[in-house]
Amino acid sequence: MRKPLYGLMAEFATPEQLIEATEKVHSEGYRKVDAYSPLPIEELHHSMHLPDSKLPRFVFFGGLAGGLGGFGLLQWISQVAYPLNIGGRPLNSWVSFIPITFELTVLLAGLTTFATLIAMCGLPLPYHPVFNVPRFKLASSERFFLVIESEDPRFDLVRTREFLNTLHPHEVSEVES
Amino acid sequence: MTEAMRPYLDKMQTRALIVGVVGLIATAVAGAAHMDQLLRSYLVGFLLWAGVAIGSVGVLMLHHMVGGGWGVAIRRGLEASTRTLPLIAVLFIPIAAGLHGLYEWSHADVVAKDHILQQKALYLNPTGFYIRAVIYFVIWYLLATRLNALSKRQESEGYWAVRPSLQTVSAPGLLLHTLAVTFAAVDWGMSLEPHWFSTIYGVLFLVNQALSVFAVMIFTMTFLGTREPMKGVVSTQTFHDLGTLMFAFNMLWAYMNVSQLIIMWSANLPEEITWYVKRLNGGWGNVATVLFIFHFGVVFFLLKQRGIKRNPGLLRTVAAWVILMRFVDLLWVIMPAFSHGQENGVPVAHFAIHPTDLTAPIAIGGLWVAFFAFQLKKRSLEPLPLN
Repeated sequence: MRKPLYGLMAEFATPEQLIEATEKVHSEGYRKVDAYSPLPIEELHHSMHLPDSKLPRFVFFGGLAGGLGGFGLLQWISQVAYPLNIGGRPLNSWVSFIPITFELTVLLAGLTTFATLIAMCGLPLPYHPVFNVPRFKLASSERFFLVIESEDPRFDLVRTREFLNTLHPHEVSEVES
Repeated sequence: MTEAMRPYLDKMQTRALIVGVVGLIATAVAGAAHMDQLLRSYLVGFLLWAGVAIGSVGVLMLHHMVGGGWGVAIRRGLEASTRTLPLIAVLFIPIAAGLHGLYEWSHADVVAKDHILQQKALYLNPTGFYIRAVIYFVIWYLLATRLNALSKRQESEGYWAVRPSLQTVSAPGLLLHTLAVTFAAVDWGMSLEPHWFSTIYGVLFLVNQALSVFAVMIFTMTFLGTREPMKGVVSTQTFHDLGTLMFAFNMLWAYMNVSQLIIMWSANLPEEITWYVKRLNGGWGNVATVLFIFHFGVVFFLLKQRGIKRNPGLLRTVAAWVILMRFVDLLWVIMPAFSHGQENGVPVAHFAIHPTDLTAPIAIGGLWVAFFAFQLKKRSLEPLPLN
């Protein structure tokens, strides 16, 4: 029995072709679409009409927690838990707390970025259907790919393939799920 | 320059000139009875706007070394700004003439009673001050002239013909420029309190000048960049990049200041800490808080937002705000130096803002912007590509 189809994959030779294709795919009404590229392409964000990432919000609150936590920790240590007279300086020596506060802000912001990004990307992901297409390994080196998933309400094996062929791809292949 | 721009620049020049002249008259009227205060206000105004012209030489050379689309967009503006150096040299004359009103080390009788100043007299003496000032201006002027001439050549011969020369000038030029700004910062600013010293002071001036430059260039670009011939070159992405650079230099401003504070506060040495005792207590202490919140905090959060950096109108407002904060920061750095009061052996700075503190920087700013507009009109505004 034939396995159900994950979608149709079009292969392009240049990033410009991929950007143009994603734009046309979007205006054609397809929404379950993903693009694969060996290098970051900033314009894809616009041509695919992706919403702005929510990542900065998480990072902001991670950094805020780090900063307040770091400063609070130092205040608690030096005023409550273990007050020490160091060279006659006040217990609230906020100037000398700046480096730790700064470091913890950066640390927690960084860790939040890492953890949130992993979670938002759905990693770890041991299996993905796109790798069933042998030529997809070129997505890591020199080729640009566009996949329209079969879940898309407008997906139709024959008509979608015809449409993808009008975008001048190098090749259109079926992706088994 | 392109004829389409001329009416706008003419208008900008006329208005700025009116502001400058009216400001000068107001300064003269308000300051006539207080010569010493007038000189101090003038010094702040001079350092603010000289910083833009001098900083432009540095940012221009930085662009020639590292490239980048942001530099292509503002290069014509930077070059016009470097061509205002003759005006800056002229504006320096009142400071040179008023040396005795500003710098206590210039008085022989003060030095005679002060052992530390005697030890420093080999460097801190009027003759040395004048000779060094001439050297700084010659360095900046020669670098600016050479880079402007190479730009002119690039118009006819193309980028690859002048690129080696641009870099041969800029690489050692950046070194010379950094040294000149460091020494000038020591001469013009740090020596106001001749007992005090900080090794980061020159770098602070360097960074602050670059910050002012980006603020002024963003302001100029939101005006020029939306019109021909720059329209196609100055994209949303360019404003985003310029905004990010201004953000980075604003961070550096905070970083340098905090570094200096942490080191001096921790060591708590009498010869170093007096500078902060004056500036972190009383009225000037409130100004320090204002600077922390509005120079660093507010600008940090505004420029963190992608939407603001990609909106020329909003970015222009932030740039204007940064210039205003640069002025407040200079007031905070310079003005407490003139307070010599003490309470129980602790130095105290008297907080006061005089009318000339506002009019002098506005007057000098008006004159500078008018001359800047004049220089923008003198040459093509067609961006020079990096290929």
